[in-house]
Amino acid sequence: MPTRRGRSTGRGRGDKKVADKQQAQRRPMFRRRKVCKFCADKIDDINYKDVKLLGPFVPERGKILPRRISGTCAMHQRKLQTAIKRARQIALLPYVTD
Amino acid sequence: MAEREYELVYILPPDTTEQQAAEVHDQIAAVVARMSGRIERTENWGRRRLAYQIARSKEGVYVLEVIIGSGDLMKELDRRLKVMDQVVRHLVVRVDEEKKVVDRTRTKRQTESERRRVRRGLPPVRQPGEGRQADGDDADDDRFEGMES
Repeated sequence: MPTRRGRSTGRGRGDKKVADKQQAQRRPMFRRRKVCKFCADKIDDINYKDVKLLGPFVPERGKILPRRISGTCAMHQRKLQTAIKRARQIALLPYVTD
Repeated sequence: MAEREYELVYILPPDTTEQQAAEVHDQIAAVVARMSGRIERTENWGRRRLAYQIARSKEGVYVLEVIIGSGDLMKELDRRLKVMDQVVRHLVVRVDEEKKVVDRTRTKRQTESERRRVRRGLPPVRQPGEGRQADGDDADDDRFEGMES
């Protein structure tokens, strides 16, 4: 991504962004390794009734958290997906919230 | 006829009395009995907040029924539930196959870990106070347990 330092000067929010980017450049490979929660905790059953389990995978907006962010493995993401969709049908989880 | 396990969850309006809820349950039980199925268990979750409004209310009474029976039974039950106006929302899920898969992975994991432990000359079941205690960041490493010498 090109640096937009020139454009963002003078804007309140822009300054913060530049600071973030500089910090990211200083330590580039310091991302924590993501691990599938269900593999790590040995959760076999991803059940649609278990709202406590599904909750963290449904952010405020109500969308399903993508794998690239949560780090869930493909198999568990698939099970999670059906569980969340079932939970939505009986209003345990929202379809959308705004 | 095929014996399958189903879960039925339905939502009643928040102002439903115990008696009305029992009535709905009896209607369902009647259909199940007529189509030669049986109700394994019934769970009443009570009043819960809905994630979104249904029929202009933000709350509902949830009831879960675990039913064993044929596909035709559930088809008929589903049709009836759609017609019943005391039931605001319902969901039928077949669970026997998923349960089987869960059981299989669970036993497979257990036998696998026992096999590895025996090969390392340990008793097959983890003893209390054995190995590193799971604390803080180390807890994440637990799934590598089998590989350590």
